Parts: sequence; structure tokens; C-alpha cells
Amino acid sequence: MATTEDRVVDASEVAAEVSRGNLLTEEMVLNVGPQHPATHGVFRLLATLDGEVLVNADPVIGYMHRGYEKLVEARDYRQITNLVSRMDWLSGINNELPLALALETLMEIEVPARAQYMRVAMCEMNRILNHLMFFASFGAELGAITPTFYAFREREDIQMAMEMTTGGRMHFGFFRPGGLKEDAPKGFFQQALKGVRQVIERLPDYENLLIGNEIFKQRTVNVGILPQDVAYSYGVSGPIARGSDISFDVRKDEPYSSYDHFDFNVHSAPNGDCFDRFWVLLHEVVESAKIVEQAIEGMPDGPIMGKVPRVVQAPKGEVYVRTENPLGELGMYLVSDGDRRPYRLKIRTPSYSNVSALPYVLKNTYVSDMIAILGSFFFVLGDIDR
Amino acid sequence: MSGVVDLIGAVALIGLIKVVVVFVALLLTAALVTYMERKVIADMQARVGPNRWGPFGLLQAIADGIKLFFKEDFRPAAADRWTYAIAPAAAMVPSFLAIAVVPLGDHVTVGDRRVDFVIADINIGILYFLAMGSLGVYGVVLAGWASGSKYPLLGGVRSTAQLISYEIALGLSLVPIAMVAGSLSLSDIVAAQAGTVGNVTFFDGIPVLEQLQDIFSIVPNWYIWSQWPAFAIFFVAGIAETNRAPFDLPEAETELIAGYHTEYSGIRFAMFYLGEYIHVVVLSAVAVSLFFGGWHGPGLGILPWLWPLLWFLAKTLVVVYLIIWLRATLPRLRYDRLMWLGWKRLIPAALLWIVVTATVNTEGVSRNIRLAVFVVLAGLILAWVGRGDPRLAFAVNPQSGDDRGSA
Amino acid sequence: MPDSGVFEYLAAGLRGAVSRTNALPNCAFCVLVFGLSATLSYPRGSPRSCSHIATSGAVPAVPRDYFSQYITIGIFVLVGLGLVGVTLQLARLVRPNVPTREKYTTYESGIDPIGRGWTQTNVRYYIFALLFVIFDVEAVFLFPWAIVFERLGTQAFIEMLIFIAILAFALLYAIRKKMLEWL
Repeated sequence: MATTEDRVVDASEVAAEVSRGNLLTEEMVLNVGPQHPATHGVFRLLATLDGEVLVNADPVIGYMHRGYEKLVEARDYRQITNLVSRMDWLSGINNELPLALALETLMEIEVPARAQYMRVAMCEMNRILNHLMFFASFGAELGAITPTFYAFREREDIQMAMEMTTGGRMHFGFFRPGGLKEDAPKGFFQQALKGVRQVIERLPDYENLLIGNEIFKQRTVNVGILPQDVAYSYGVSGPIARGSDISFDVRKDEPYSSYDHFDFNVHSAPNGDCFDRFWVLLHEVVESAKIVEQAIEGMPDGPIMGKVPRVVQAPKGEVYVRTENPLGELGMYLVSDGDRRPYRLKIRTPSYSNVSALPYVLKNTYVSDMIAILGSFFFVLGDIDR
Repeated sequence: MSGVVDLIGAVALIGLIKVVVVFVALLLTAALVTYMERKVIADMQARVGPNRWGPFGLLQAIADGIKLFFKEDFRPAAADRWTYAIAPAAAMVPSFLAIAVVPLGDHVTVGDRRVDFVIADINIGILYFLAMGSLGVYGVVLAGWASGSKYPLLGGVRSTAQLISYEIALGLSLVPIAMVAGSLSLSDIVAAQAGTVGNVTFFDGIPVLEQLQDIFSIVPNWYIWSQWPAFAIFFVAGIAETNRAPFDLPEAETELIAGYHTEYSGIRFAMFYLGEYIHVVVLSAVAVSLFFGGWHGPGLGILPWLWPLLWFLAKTLVVVYLIIWLRATLPRLRYDRLMWLGWKRLIPAALLWIVVTATVNTEGVSRNIRLAVFVVLAGLILAWVGRGDPRLAFAVNPQSGDDRGSA
Repeated sequence: MPDSGVFEYLAAGLRGAVSRTNALPNCAFCVLVFGLSATLSYPRGSPRSCSHIATSGAVPAVPRDYFSQYITIGIFVLVGLGLVGVTLQLARLVRPNVPTREKYTTYESGIDPIGRGWTQTNVRYYIFALLFVIFDVEAVFLFPWAIVFERLGTQAFIEMLIFIAILAFALLYAIRKKMLEWL
């Protein structure tokens, strides 16, 4: 930890500096976080300030480390499907998918079409929930408090549909190796469609509220530029990478769970500034809503569970599965020694790679830009520290 | 010396009564405004807002006050003791002092003595108002510096530059009002706005418009009609002076925690909080007096002294509502954009508007030409100020670099 | 006031006050309290106005009402300060006081502060403070002119235009020198 001892300023030193035409100033070391309104979580940024300019910014993470990769080694597969849901608490069901996929690959289980469509619908609904949450918090961080509450109003209908099916609002625990826990209850499809269509209908208004605002543009355009090559080198993914003109989306480039059946666009924006990242995020909401509509309208009949042995026990082997989490590429590298529990589960979380690009972007920016940049690097603390 | 004692005594008695009444009324209004802000913003955000204490949550402000009153008030060890203690008072006192020159209503006659509904009708009212605004800066600066902490220091430094920058625009925007009113006394300015606009001969000879211009005989003779660019500048600069959104950078909670009052708690925090709302109320009251005819308004026969007060309160609350509305709508400005707006837009616009007002108010110019010049130039100035930053023109929508269609 | 200075006015005013006449020294009072700008800004034709152009030797009579306004403001200041003081003292009586060491550290996002709060940091806004001094003084000079400009006629108007032009030029200069950019 960098410390700056109280410095006794010598008068002659000051005089010498002043006579050389310099005013003696110090750099101020400022802790942004762990308890700071802009970091929404226990994220700490050790900022070195010269006036209001950030000379250096050093993210300090690990305040929420819960040791997931070790925890799962002590639990069997039934338990860890629920456990990984808690990594990124804003997109619980998206976290469950790669684990289910990894187990299905190792155990060679065929997942029925209905279960695959349900998975897609629920993942995309969860993506909308997640993106609306960041829409809300980004506005709030820039001082626009109203979009926050509108976003939460929109979330509510989708949230209710999710609750109807899974019984949870954040940690769903719904995907099982081979399929789903249960079939969709009566009224789920109507509720989901209602929520999703509402989002499609109202989103342009909300977009106008922020993107159409001159002050918002002043604060985000050309602020916090993440160049494409830097994004590549840090392994940045998700909406942040797409904001830097990296048109990469696992759903499109390596389709899993029947994502290739659906018609959707991958948006990317050329400049890599805060505005572009936010713009991409907003447009992904509409694409996700379209996918949910298609999935529900084309929902096949049939079982929701494939042929799974009574005891979930992966054969010896290893597999790497990656999916498109709302915040980027979520990878799970599962090594099994034939036991009921994984030998090793390496989790590659999107937020962790994304925030590692923060020092580059934050260098030589202003304090108020720092807030816009932190807000536009959509991250979840649980996902970073896991 | 008995004459002097008499003089001082009678004046002091009336003054004391006025002061106490206005003081209590102002505190109540400020409390009402804190409640109003929460309710209005809640309504705009599809929420309910405070509804626990009293009918419709009306007692919420009082509950908050009591809570803060009984809270522990501690001073950080690193703080500068006396400056830290004085700062809240330095923030609060000037904010309510400014109400002293605002005429709140007409007058009543008690005995043979005429009592005006104004604490002090001094002939430099506008300058007094500006002076009190400047003094209010001290509270913020001292609090930021005295806390001995980094976030308050940043907030205090920011607000120093912000408040003094917008003070210039605020002062310059009131010069045209002084020109058209020929006085700096707010009572005189309000008196000059009595009645209606009256005869307008601008459209004489044009068939339909000629009849339409009769409508001006019922339009109140407010300065807002001719001086609305001045009002626009005054309003923007005034919001910046009160540290309200979108200019709430000194206390931007997502950047600087709570800015200059981060280290304050309990009753001292309450003083900053109340001071801000009093400042908002006073600013609105001054805006009403300068541009919206002050207490003038139609009244019923009964209780002739009451109606002006009600009109004044109603108009003030409308302006307060505008300020709250802005908070619910706009994001916060970035610091350099704030300075850009203040120095490169508002101050030049205010200077230009002074010249325009001076030009069209000199002798020998017909009223019609004045009106035309006013409308055209005001439009031009507002268009120039409001066009925003040309550098942002390209950023309407980033075209998707690679929109890939369906699989 | 061509032949008598401010001090003469002041002295005459004091004489007036001592001799218990109504002739309170309003001009001197203003000079003392609100400075030159206030003195120049009397509304013309208003009954409360103090006529500047005094006949030599005599201090103009002023209604009692004029002085009383400032007394009232004085009362307002005292009541306000008193109320703030009373509130602080009352709160001190009722509020708890449970000092702990952690409570007295300054807030820095929930972590022990690094270094001290008063670093000699580079304040990049001081140039605004310098400009403020210039422009605020300008605003004060504009007010007296604004009150009387209709009476003063074209000559004063042109003079003021030149004044404003010089200041506008100064502002332009500051902008061109990039003094108003965020350094």
C-alpha cells in the first residue's frame, strides 16, 4: 500500500522552488472506495491526484473474495450449480449456464430443445435485467437520478416472470446438468412477453433521457477512450469490448445452447469512449428482448430434462466452455477426475479482465471523468473477486 | 438623547416583530420545500415519497430535523477547530439574510404608521442580495478547508471557483433590470411591475393581429416579457450559486461523497442542509420580485393584505418547482463544462444583453422598434447560448461499426 | 459634490447626529458600510434618495425611515446569529457524546486516510479567482450607471460601451490565451 508520510515542508525548499518559477505542490493520494457511492461495491481505487487530475490510478480488488474456485472443489455438482449463481449477482442465471454446459459436454448429455429455448429466454431476460441495472447506475453516477427509477420499473415485470419460474429474484438456481429444474409455470410466457415488449416500447424514451441530453454527451463523449488494441491485450470482452469496435460475441461467434436459431445483431461502436460503451449496452437490451420474443414464440414442446444418471458424476477429463455473460465472456475450465465433485474449476470472469484495463484508461483523466469511466466499465464486484 | 432613543426604540420594535415573523415563515417554507422536493421528485420517478409522518408525510421535514438535532456531532481530529465550528453558520446565515430586502407583500397601516411587508427596503437591494450570495461562499470554502480531509477539500476548492464564476454572471444579469426599473430597491422594482402591459401598438394596421394585441391589456406588466434573456442567465447562475443540480458539483455525491460537508454530522450538517433550501427559497423569491411582478396579483375584497402574500408564496413555489424539476431531469455537468458555460457563454451573453437593453432604452427610439429589436436580439443571444458545444455535433449516434445480421 | 470631500460629509453627518436633528449622515453611512458603489446607486426621484449634489455646508435632510432600514437588517443579523447559536447550544445539551478513536478520523471511503488532508495540492482554479476580482468590480461599476443611464444620455452610454468593450476584450484575451481552459 502506498503511503505518503506527512511531509515537513522546509521553507528554504519552498523558496528555492518558487524562485525557479515552480510552485511547490504535492500529489494527493486519495482512496476512492471501498466505501464510495460510485464504486457500487467494495472496489477500491488508489488515486494519485495532482489537483483534479488523476496522475495514477491503481485498482485494489479482493475485498469480496470468497474463494469460489476452492469452494466448489469441496462440494458436489448438485451443490455447485447453485453456488456459481452467486458470483455475479446481477446475472445469476447466466453464471449457471457454462457450468451446466461443461457438465453436459463431459457427460455427453443431450439437452432437449425446449430446455435449450427456455435457457436462452431466461438468460436473455437476465441480460436485460443486468443491463437495465447498469443503465440505472450509470445515470445515477452522472447525477441523473430519474432514469434509475424508470429502469427499476421496467425491471419489475421481467423480474416477476423470473420469480414465477425459479422462485428467486437474484439467485435463481434453475439450470441443471441436462436441462432445467422445472418446466415453465402457467402464465410465464405471457408475463415474460409483457415485460420484454414493455422494454422495447419504452426504451427509446429512456434513451432520449440520457443519450439525447447535451450534458450527458459532454460527460461521456471522448472520455475514457479504450483503444481497440489495448482492449485486445487486456482480454476485455462484452459490451466494453464492443464499445471499442471489437465485434465479438460468443453467442454469435461460437453459438451454444441453440443461439444460432435466433436472429439478432451484435452492436459495436467505433470510438471506445464512455458514450459508445453505454450506447452498445442500451442497444443490446433491445436485441435481447428480440431474442426472448423469438424464443417464446418458437418454444418447442417436449421434455425439459435430458437423460441424466441419478448420480451426477463427470467422467475423467477436462473441458473449457465459454458463454456470453451480460458483462462479457464467462469461461469455465472444468477438470474432473471422475469424482462427484470437480477436481478443479477455473473461472474466467468478465469483470476481472475488464477492470484490469482501468489503470490504462484512468491515467491522466479528471476526477469527474473517473466517475463516468468507472460507471461505463460495467463491473460487478462479486464477479471480479468471486 | 431621548429623540434618538425614541427613534431607535420604535424602529427596533417594529423591526424585531418583522424579523421574527419572517424568520419563522422562512424556516417553515424551507422545511416545506424539503418535503416538496422529495414528493415532487418521487412523483416524477414513479415513486411515493415520504408518507409516514403526518398526513401525506407532511411532518417528514420536522422528523428529520428532530433526528439530526439529537444526533451526535463530532469533529474529526484533523479538523481546524474554530473554522470547522463556524462554517455551518457561515453557510446558513447569509442565505437567509438576503430575504431582508425582498418585499413579501403590500403594506398594512397600524395606527398612523405604515408597515411594509418587507424587512428592510434599502435602496441598494440588488447589491445587498448579491453581497449575501458572495458571503455564502465562505461557508462552503471554510467547511471544505477546515475538515482536514481530502474529499471536502476537493469540494471546497471546486465550489470556490464555481461560485465566484457564476456570481459575476448573476450580477451582470441584474444590471438590465436596474436599467429598466431605474432603481436597485426591490420594492421599487416590484412597484414598477404593477398593472398590465397595456396598449401595444406594434401590430396596428394588421387586421387579425390588431385585435389580438388587445390581449396585452390583461397581461401583467412583468419584466419577464422584455427581460427574459436576463432571467435565463439569472436563473442558471442562481442555480449554480445555490449548488443545486445540475450544478451540484461541490457536493456531487457520486464523485466527492458529500463534498464540503462530508465530515459534518448532526445539527451542523442540518445547518448546511437547511441553508441550501433557504437559499433556494430566497433565490426564487428574488426571481419572483425581479421578473414576475413580486406580490402583485388579483385579490378578493376581503383581507386585502393577505392576497399579495399568497400570490408571492405561490409564485415563489412555482420557481422552486422549476428548480426541483431540473434536478430530476438533468445529469451533473463536468467541471470544465461548468466553467465553459459560466465564462464563455453566460458572462458574454450578459454583457451583450446589457448593451442591447441600453441601446433600445435610450431616448428617441419608438416603442415598436424597441420591441422588435428586443425580440430578435433576445432570440439570437439565446440561440447562441443554447446551441451547445459544436464539438459534440458528431456524437449523435455512433454508427455500428459492424452490425452483423442474422446467422 | 464638487467642493466637499467624503470626509467633510462624514463630519457634517456626525455633527448632525450629535445635534439630534433628523439630518442623519446617510452618505457617510453608505461610504462607511457599503462603499462607493452603494453611494452612487441612489434611485433617482425616490423619496428615500439622498441627493448627492449637496449645497455646500448643509447636509440634506433624510426621512427617519431610511436609517431604520439598516437598523432592521442589523436586528435580522443579530436574531439570525442568535438563533444559530442557541440551536447549537441546545443541541449540545441533548445530543449524545460517545467519542471513539475511529469516529474522529476523517472519511476517506472507509479506509484509514493516507497522508494528511491539507496537502499543498495544485489548485488549478486560481486564475478564475484573479479574473473574478476584475469582473466583479466591473459589475459593481455597471450598477450606478444602470440606474441613471437614461438621464445621463448618449455621452455616458458611449463611455459605458467603451468600458464594456474593454472588459469584453479582456475576456476574449483570456479565452485566447487559454486561461479559461481546464489546465
